Amino acid sequence: MQLSGAAWKFGSDIDTDLIIPARYLNTSDPAELAKHCMEDADPEFYSKINAGDVIVAGKNFGCGSSREHAPIAIKAAGISCVIAKSFARIFYRNAFNIGLPIFECPEAAEKIQPGDRLEIDAGSGLIKNLTRDESYRAAPVPEFMQQIIAAGGLINYVAKRVKKNG
Amino acid sequence: MGMTIAEKILAAHSGKEFVEPGELVNAKVDTVLGNDITAPVAIREFKKIGVDKVFDKDRVVLVPDHFTPNKDIKSAEQAKIVRDFAREQGLTNYFEVGRMGIEHCLLPEQGLVGPGDVVIGADSHTCTYGALGAFATGVGSTDLAAAMALGETWFKVPESIKFVYYGQLNPWVGGKDLILYTIGRIGVDGALYKAMEFTGPVIRQLSMDGRFTMSNMAIEAGGKCGLIEPDETTLAYVKGRAKFPYTFYKSDDDAKYWEVYEFDVSRIEPQVAFPHLPENTRPVSEAAHVKIDQAVIGSCTNGRLEDLRLAARVLAGKKVHPEVRCIIFPGTQEIYRQAVKEGLVEVFIDAGAAVSTPTCGPCLGGHMGILAKGERAIATTNRNFVGRMGHPESEVYLSNPAVAAASAVLGRIASPEEVV
Repeated sequence: MQLSGAAWKFGSDIDTDLIIPARYLNTSDPAELAKHCMEDADPEFYSKINAGDVIVAGKNFGCGSSREHAPIAIKAAGISCVIAKSFARIFYRNAFNIGLPIFECPEAAEKIQPGDRLEIDAGSGLIKNLTRDESYRAAPVPEFMQQIIAAGGLINYVAKRVKKNG
Repeated sequence: MGMTIAEKILAAHSGKEFVEPGELVNAKVDTVLGNDITAPVAIREFKKIGVDKVFDKDRVVLVPDHFTPNKDIKSAEQAKIVRDFAREQGLTNYFEVGRMGIEHCLLPEQGLVGPGDVVIGADSHTCTYGALGAFATGVGSTDLAAAMALGETWFKVPESIKFVYYGQLNPWVGGKDLILYTIGRIGVDGALYKAMEFTGPVIRQLSMDGRFTMSNMAIEAGGKCGLIEPDETTLAYVKGRAKFPYTFYKSDDDAKYWEVYEFDVSRIEPQVAFPHLPENTRPVSEAAHVKIDQAVIGSCTNGRLEDLRLAARVLAGKKVHPEVRCIIFPGTQEIYRQAVKEGLVEVFIDAGAAVSTPTCGPCLGGHMGILAKGERAIATTNRNFVGRMGHPESEVYLSNPAVAAASAVLGRIASPEEVV
């Protein structure tokens, strides 16, 4: 899968309250959540981004609450993937489970500047920075996570297993 | 080679003699948990899997506690999804308003989680049960859905970090201060993906309530769980309470740790975490200049009886500062009842504090104590992120209940010694 879009940069320790504030968690409708994506970090974020754009952040992205509404809001807003130095554990799991591609790549997180045009090969984890003519390689996705992605998310993976076992 | 508690529990639940960090295991889960924010998404996903029933109607626990009592129509709809599902599935452990509590105070109290269990909850503070010696960790709604169907989930066996606490605790210093101090030392990702193990003579002397507070905040250091080896204190707590069999696991002497920290607690005074991360900790003596508009005492971190007793000790015979709102949330109905019996609630009302039915409301900026632009709160909760308790330009300072109560009286962050 090829992903491409412009980079939106954020700092370290971006918590899930910044990604989707709790005041909007009285719904689980993705379209509704998307409108408030990153709102407390950048109130205009949703209106500024284009489909395919990429969030690039520092360490510990997605720390805090376990709310799956966070990756759901990012995905529904049209962001194609998140690149960060590191991810908080629950966010990492959630992103795979709902099918939001994420890439752990300290080098990319350092070097990419706001607005840079990026092209990412989701399979190999190769990140191309078209603006700077650079490329970076993300940490390989663990094999089990690849199976989840290949199945189309955790629920499909589990449903297939349940069906097979009758 | 020896194993840590975390490794032993995961091995036992995945049918293995031995596991080591990095290994991927499929583990049986004993209890799974969801709330009114996370369960509706989990229920939606569960229905796509193609099974009719949850794996065990006694061990899927649903607690609507975040936006309850329902704060608005949308929240009421979310809570109704959870209620309807609980009825349809015949769940024995669904807790309705009036009988419920804040989930992480409620489940241990009701004996629904015990030593040696594997517990996953679609709430990041599920790590609280590590205080009982359970492998308990937060997950998202989709993981909850899969576990509700299968009764198992996958884990990467985490490395463990050992934290040894020794020395004499100073007055007004408890579990909250130890964990805030620890997060201050290692940072909000200092234990990322790791199992934290709290040990040493100070932990052995700590009450169950103090231990729950410590394990509760393991996630604020990025930890997967925050384990405490079960002992006589644990046994006294679970005896007569546990609804299911339990097992005490202890780390082997030759267990391997990623890192070991040793903290002399005699050097620690009550801690305050400044905005906007729990790692921004300072001794309370360096925070006394900060004026506050609100003091919040309660939550899954500090809403237990010992916490309320501490707050009452400080508030007894005092008045909340005229420019401060003090809001107190007992963690469960049982804690509330006991607080009434012991006269704590009377102390709070006499002092001019509001006492509420159990809810997570204010901690996450949901309802029951939202901050306006520019307002500042001291709270015994667990997070002080931007906008956590209301307006993005409001601020939250984290502390123990005695410091929050003293601050409520003086209208600025204060040490309990200034009041009592």
